[in-house]
Order: sequence, then structure tokens, then C-alpha cells
Amino acid sequence: MNILMTLEMAAECHPDRVAATCGEQSMTYGTLLKAARHAGAQIRASGCRHVGVLDINSLAAPVALYAAACAGLSYVPMNYRLTKPEIQALLERITPAWLIADPKLLDGVEVPAGFTVVDREQFLRDALGAGGADPEPAQADPDAVAVQLFTSGTTGAPKAAVLRHENLMSYILGTVEFGAADEHDAVLVAVPPYHIAGISAVLSSTYACRRMVQLSNFDGQSWLETCQREKVTNAFVVPTMLSRVIEYIDASGADATLPALRALAYGGGKMPAPVIERAMQLWPTVDFTNAYGLTETSSTIALLDPEGHREGFNSADPAVRKRLHSVGRPIDAVEIEIRDEDGKALPVDEVGDVFVRGGQVAGEYLGIGSLLDANGWFPTRDRGYQDKYGFLYLDGRADDVIVRGGENISPGEIEDVLRQHPAIVDVAVVAIPDEEWGESVGAAVVTNPGVKIDEAALRAELQGWVRERLRSSRVPAVISFRENLPYNEMGKILRRVLRDELSASA
Amino acid sequence: MSTLKAGSRLKSAVCDAEVMVVRAAAVEVSLECGGAGMIPMAADKPAGVAPSEAFAQGTLVGKRYTDADDRFELLCTKGGKGSLSIDGALLGVKQAKALPSSD
Repeated sequence: MNILMTLEMAAECHPDRVAATCGEQSMTYGTLLKAARHAGAQIRASGCRHVGVLDINSLAAPVALYAAACAGLSYVPMNYRLTKPEIQALLERITPAWLIADPKLLDGVEVPAGFTVVDREQFLRDALGAGGADPEPAQADPDAVAVQLFTSGTTGAPKAAVLRHENLMSYILGTVEFGAADEHDAVLVAVPPYHIAGISAVLSSTYACRRMVQLSNFDGQSWLETCQREKVTNAFVVPTMLSRVIEYIDASGADATLPALRALAYGGGKMPAPVIERAMQLWPTVDFTNAYGLTETSSTIALLDPEGHREGFNSADPAVRKRLHSVGRPIDAVEIEIRDEDGKALPVDEVGDVFVRGGQVAGEYLGIGSLLDANGWFPTRDRGYQDKYGFLYLDGRADDVIVRGGENISPGEIEDVLRQHPAIVDVAVVAIPDEEWGESVGAAVVTNPGVKIDEAALRAELQGWVRERLRSSRVPAVISFRENLPYNEMGKILRRVLRDELSASA
Repeated sequence: MSTLKAGSRLKSAVCDAEVMVVRAAAVEVSLECGGAGMIPMAADKPAGVAPSEAFAQGTLVGKRYTDADDRFELLCTKGGKGSLSIDGALLGVKQAKALPSSD
């Protein structure tokens, strides 16, 4: 089991099919395999231990992923939006390494000893232009590390999650039918190379023999125009991306028709209801899929399929309609269990910690080890429940739960209530230290721009609003007003920043 | 006769077919393609051989093959003219459940 097998099979069956397009550049599956073999041999000869990428999306990303597999080394794409000290700290953790990078991103970074730095164009010229017989790839064990991803670190320092060949292949074999794509299919890859969805996009597309269209730098306009120009049939977005696309369409009045688009998948965070409902209105014939997964689980573990979307969208029954806000049912290749604090399995409709088990679940970090229990279960640290139909509903992160006087409070329910207040456009609820209760509720809110507010009066009104709809323990002790909330570039809210701020003002 | 190990790859001795073991019960069996025992990837194929007639319906790349008891599952990584069998019984194609593309 080696991820290289996906490419070997694609190149054997469809050598002349285009594997990836980025701007003006394209390469076929045959070319991709040849480039990966040559680059892999060169990298292996250098004595490096990792293949790093510090760059936006380009043809170099799939070449580097498969070149690392050919070299028998792990592939480590890194977040190019980090600060220079953060980038430097990550580089120090992967030396000696071969690094494909945009040189501008290394300005002011002291590259550690043991690095071979190559810029993207040079790497691609060498790999795509290599002549002679293809070198034999290294024989990596199924339990060798294929990919190492640094977590986004919204709650602390980035952890190095490891995904072994057997984890990733388990995911691909469990979710993708080989060669399933039609010759004219094209998937738009808008997530950056360092996101788990960026890795699974390459592996899934290759195994399905589907052409990838890479978007180097995401914005709403270029996403829409690329979909139209490249006749994109499938796409994956994080919720923030879909919001931006819809904002662009609604603000510009641009032609939003996407005649070729058949399927739009989304995941990587909570999708706001108005956004998905607007998207379903804009593109009524498109199949929507909500994918729930984690870096540590090699991507998707539960899916709300197009049928689930339509049932939810068209139903008048609240128990079915709420399905639209679930993450669907577990895929066949994994099992999911909801547990209470003592590790006991909970019945349907009861909120607890979400555990997952299956071949694709890696659940392991460098320097920390495996987080799987004796029976192979991985704590996702997500909270949630399953209804009697098997649909999984998420309820925030376990780390975000507020423990007030021994009572567990989920920020999500308070956020939902505050969001319904007409003055509020965005809100985040976090735990703040409290002498009497241990922790209490803090809220950061963003009000309608352009509407002048009296902070003290609105604060009292919002507290009353929550008290009426929930109960007194849920009432925010502290409410701060902000122009916007801090999000990372993938749309994840930086709760740690808000916790620090609100704690200081408490 | 040998035990099959998940993740290992084998090739046909009598055609182009290659497989990867996805799942295998821990018992000794005889895995054949085209009626002849499958061999390690690095081994040399005997010259001038062909699949026997009873095992020549072909094996298709990307398809999963399982035995009647679902104790073994093989993925064909390269197609060939021979058919797969375990202890003389032909393997069947496992029907894949179509999942919507999620990435």
C-alpha cells in the first residue's frame, strides 16, 4: 500500500489524460508519473529526509507529493501565510529537507542547515524536462509516513500530524472508484496544498483519473471565472470560500451560471445556514455534499450526500429539515461512537465526545505518539450527537466547552441564540476565568455596520435575550463589541485570541 | 500455498495482471491467476505460457475481487487476460457503492 499506486494505475490506464491544469500550464498523468520518478530519484540522492513545499498551488504540488513517495520520504506542505518566525520554526522541525519554495517567502528567514531550496519553476523544469529511462521508485513500507501536516494551531503551537501510506490508501480505496471520472470531468482545487483537503484532492482525483484545475490564489471572482472557463464539473470549498463566492456574485451582479458544474462539496468548518441555502438557490441542479473530516483521519469520515441536502431543503418536518445542518452519516469505511466523560457510549440524541475508528484514522503526532485507544478509537475532540436516522450533528470542539460551576456549556447554543438578534452579524462565545464559577461565559459580538449602538444598553439587552431563550447560566458575563472577529485564512475562528482578550477585560 | 498479507502486491505468471491484497484471512491458500499461482512482483515470468481456458475471462484494472465467503479482497492494479481464483474457486467482482466525491 503506497500512495504512488494511485498514480501508477492512472498513468497505465490514461497516460494521455490531463492530470492537472494551473493557469496556462498542464500536464498529463503519464507526464506526472515520469516527473515524479525523476524528481524522486534526485531528491533521494540528496540524502534529505523530508520533501517540503512552501508555496501556493501549482503543478509542483502533485509532482512533489508523488516525488516524495518515489523517494520513500514524507511530504510536508507548509502554510505560506505564517509569519517568518513561525515558518523558520517549522523548517527547523523538518531538516534535512528538500524544499520547494517561493523565494520571496524565505526573505528574512534563516534557512536551517541541511536544506536544498529549489524554486517552483526550476523544480518543474527539471522534473518535467528530465530525459532517459524512469528511475525505479523506492519501496516504501505501508506503515511509512507519506505525509506530515502541521495543524493550524488555533488553540496552541502547531502539532505535526503524520499520515501513513496505509491510512491514505485506506481512505482512497474506501471512498473512490478507480477511473470513475469521465474524460471531460474537471475538479477545481481551491484549497491550498498544506490543507488535508489539498492532499486528498490530489489522491482522489488521480485515482478517479479526473483532471484537477488548480486555483493558485483563491478569491470569489477567480473561483467563479475559473469554473466557467475550465468547464469545471466538481469542486470542493471550505465554507468561507463559498461565502466569498456568493458575496462576490451578489455584490457584482456577475453571471453566476455554471452550466458544467454537477457537484459541489464543502467541509472544513461549520457552514452558515444562509450561505448553503443561497447556494442551493443559485445552482438548483448541482449536487451538494457536506464532508466532515479531520487532518488526523485522512480527510472525510462522514458525508451529507446530495439526497440528504434535498430532503432537508424540501421538508416541512423540523426533524428532517435540520438534516441540512448535520454532517450526514459516517462513511462505510469508519465507525463513529458518541461517548460521555467516562468513556461510555451514549444513546441517540445525547451530546458527547465524537470518537472514530477505521483504517484511514491515523490519530498520531510526531513527538506525542498515537492518540488511539487500545481498541483503535480516536478522540476527534469534536462534540456532537447522532439522531435516530444516523445523522451526525456537531456541537463545537471539546476544548471550547465552558465548564461553569461543574455544568458543561456549549458555546454553539449561545452563539446560535445571539446570532438571531437583529443587531448581531457575527458572534463567538468563549470561556473566561471566573473566581466564583471556575469559568463563565464571554461573548465577542460584531454588530451591523452603519447602525449606531449604545454599548451598555445593547449589552443589557443581549443578556436579557439569552436569559429568555436559554437560562441564566448561559448569560454572557462579559460582552465585548468588535469590528470583526479574528479568523485564520481557512475560516477557523481564533478562539484563543478572543479568550485572552475577554479574560483581560473581565 | 501461502498466507496473503494486506498491502502486498503480486503478479500473474501467465498474463499482465497485477493485484494488491486489500484484506486477507490468516489462512494458507493458493491464489492463482489464469489457473497458475501468482508470483512476487520481482520474480521472472515463465516464457510461452497462457491462461488456462477455465480461468481466462480476464481481470480488470481498478476492480475489487472477493471470494464467496468475503474472507479475501484483492484490488487489480493492472488488467490481464487471466481470471483470479483462490483454491480453484473463481473470485467475483465486488460491487462498489458509489459515494459522492467529497474532495
